Amino acid sequence: MELPDGILSGYRVLDLSRELGYLCGKIFGDLGAEVIKIEPPGGDPSRLTPPFLKDDPHPEKSIYWISFNVNKKSLTLDITKDEGRDILLNLIRRSDFLIETFPAGYLEELELDWNHLREINPKLIMISITPFGRKGPKSQYKASDLGIMAASGFMSLLGDVDRPPVRVTLPQSYMWASTYGALGGLFALYGRNKTGKGQHVDVPAQAATVWACAHAPFFWTAERTIPKRSGIMLTGRSYEGASYPAIFKCKDGYIGFTLYWGRAGAITHREIVKWMDERGMAPQHLKEKDWDNFDPFYASKEEINEILQPVAEFLKTVTKKEFLYEAVKRRIMGYPVSTAEDVLTDPHLQARNFWQITPYMGEKLVYPGGFARFSETFCGVRKRAPRIGEHNYEILRELGFSKSDVEKMKENGVI
Amino acid sequence: MREIFDDVKIVEFTQIAAGPLIGRYLSDFGAEVIHVESRTRPDPWRSYPPAKDGTPGLERGYGFAVYNTNKYGITLNLKHSKGPELAKKLVRWADVVIENFTPGTMSKFGLGYQDLRKVKEDIIMLSTCNLGQTGPHAKHPGLGTHLTNLCGFTYLTGWPDRPPYLLYGPYVDYISVCYATIALVSALEYKRRTGRGMYIDISQYESGLQFMTPAILEYTVNGRIVTRDGNHSPCAAPHGVFPCKKKDTWVAIAIFSEEEWEKLCRLMGMENLASRFKAFEERKKHEEYIEEIISKWTVKFNPKEIEALLQENGIEGVAVEDMKDLFEDPQLSLYMWENFKHPVIEDYVVQKIGFELSEETTKLKRPGHLLGEHNEFVWTELVGLAKEEFEQYKNIGVFD
Repeated sequence: MELPDGILSGYRVLDLSRELGYLCGKIFGDLGAEVIKIEPPGGDPSRLTPPFLKDDPHPEKSIYWISFNVNKKSLTLDITKDEGRDILLNLIRRSDFLIETFPAGYLEELELDWNHLREINPKLIMISITPFGRKGPKSQYKASDLGIMAASGFMSLLGDVDRPPVRVTLPQSYMWASTYGALGGLFALYGRNKTGKGQHVDVPAQAATVWACAHAPFFWTAERTIPKRSGIMLTGRSYEGASYPAIFKCKDGYIGFTLYWGRAGAITHREIVKWMDERGMAPQHLKEKDWDNFDPFYASKEEINEILQPVAEFLKTVTKKEFLYEAVKRRIMGYPVSTAEDVLTDPHLQARNFWQITPYMGEKLVYPGGFARFSETFCGVRKRAPRIGEHNYEILRELGFSKSDVEKMKENGVI
Repeated sequence: MREIFDDVKIVEFTQIAAGPLIGRYLSDFGAEVIHVESRTRPDPWRSYPPAKDGTPGLERGYGFAVYNTNKYGITLNLKHSKGPELAKKLVRWADVVIENFTPGTMSKFGLGYQDLRKVKEDIIMLSTCNLGQTGPHAKHPGLGTHLTNLCGFTYLTGWPDRPPYLLYGPYVDYISVCYATIALVSALEYKRRTGRGMYIDISQYESGLQFMTPAILEYTVNGRIVTRDGNHSPCAAPHGVFPCKKKDTWVAIAIFSEEEWEKLCRLMGMENLASRFKAFEERKKHEEYIEEIISKWTVKFNPKEIEALLQENGIEGVAVEDMKDLFEDPQLSLYMWENFKHPVIEDYVVQKIGFELSEETTKLKRPGHLLGEHNEFVWTELVGLAKEEFEQYKNIGVFD
């Protein structure tokens, strides 16, 4: 069997999501599924999320929206109207996945919840993404990215002690929730191929985002300590409680550099000192240091300071690009703190042909390529983001509606 | 009990987090997973903090126990002359091979994808590393923490007037874990549909960048570099984190609509503010002033108290939970944590995948394994070595 459009070629996904689930549907599209975004007539309200392409506040130009709704078709449909609801049910009969992010209880009111939908299509896999999950005392709680970052504990690990905890400025929790939603959906698909039955995937964004905390939660259960935000200081890596700066100012921005243990650490320390020496910036005590027997996790604060102070002075004299180039050449561990511009000019990504240029409304949009490279099939952006209701006729025709039916639906506000 | 992946066998040459968690997720849902280490080079995650009671030791590492729950653990020294030969026996047993060495290492042992295909034609092999298997920087060693800087997340975290902050851990490693598992299950689906295996190259850098897409578009189309902006948002105001009663306790509050703003003002007993800063633009313009007023109100409450009060009134107010709070959170107790027992660590809490499937119940099977704990079982029962053969290999040190 050949799968011309990718691994999920031939599967259909109905995507009724708002922000929490955009990336989830996109992942199915990356893998080749047909993804139909179902928006209320007039378009998904989140199409008005700023910023916009060329700062034009047009509902089809929201950067956030078009970032994560590529690889999808758009059908506008009022699922609260009988006719719209019937069309949705008709589509559900012909679909494999449904992604939704409505507040818990909303679909129950419309009798479009899992218990109803499984009757209509027992093979359906329904992915529900909510801030806190569909059960438990907080199932009805509201939360946007800020709230989810707070509830996941991740925020408590970010920031300076003299200011409140801080989130990542670009929303991240929606991405965590979406990727885990897609994973749950694929688990269910693998199961369905053996049992013939679909299932309901209940994805709490809070729990998905807890993974961003890395190993920090285990400090509480293992030793009853609570890791805290520590700014630019690296913590949580040593039994001695060592903490040292890991972000340094450079000529045109910042560089991430740390002391490290083992062989890779010894190479890193030795090589940066060599590089400093070439510029006449390596003090004698660093040139003479026995790096093979140095473990930063057991070093005193004074010793760490004696090493990092000259390093910090040195890093002030190099640029981000220079650092990346030399670090790779010399096997020094560390990277510049990139901006979007730095990432886009990274020669490594260019050599791997990572970026995908996709024309959209007169602009050439640059997207990250696939999240994985499969030897047998393509993964990544296949189709630009859809305009509002762009595929209405194409989709409704398949359900047996004529052009005039579609016109009438438009007049009645169904689509 | 039938489990989703009860027909999937995985052998993993992986260490730390980005590799082992992939196998862990599938093992939770029934896959048989063999984690390969050697006594000369045990998984470094075993010795990583935190450890039971803060005392390091190979069998005391907490993270290792959590990320390797449900697996079988064996030791095999790939550098031993018989090592690769035995590794191929594992591959013959497996459907999937996962590895997270530096690119080129598996090939050096004669265990690259093309080598493995000769052993088992439809094998699925997944390699995950920092920057991907190819490209000019492929072999540059790196840490997930540094990769988080390279991807751009660090630059976006913090206050405009201060340097960017670390994202605590190797943030990007964990993004790549979910994407790699998605890729792996996709490959299993591909094999089911076509009968063919495949090779998967996961560049953690590239999977991390998926989460950066809007910043990339914003730069390429509008020429603007998105930068860190504390807790502010272009879509909501106020949108911040406010102090609570006890020192260093906080609540996050986000107001997206005029209706929510009115409710908040009523709750604070400051109805006059509701009309004064009704429009979003007004609230955004006076955000600092508004934040000061809110702080004076929130400081009277505990985070849990004010979270409940705000939510009851239809406002997004969420307590900022610390690592201790996570284990007392009723939602996470339902979805994420499960108590289990380990022979050395004793009681420990396993971090589950976090989502639930309506027709599946997962059951923890085995605690994170001791070094080489399942050697005899795996080599004789699963791989099928005769007992004498196993002893012979053991005596010549292949399992060391």
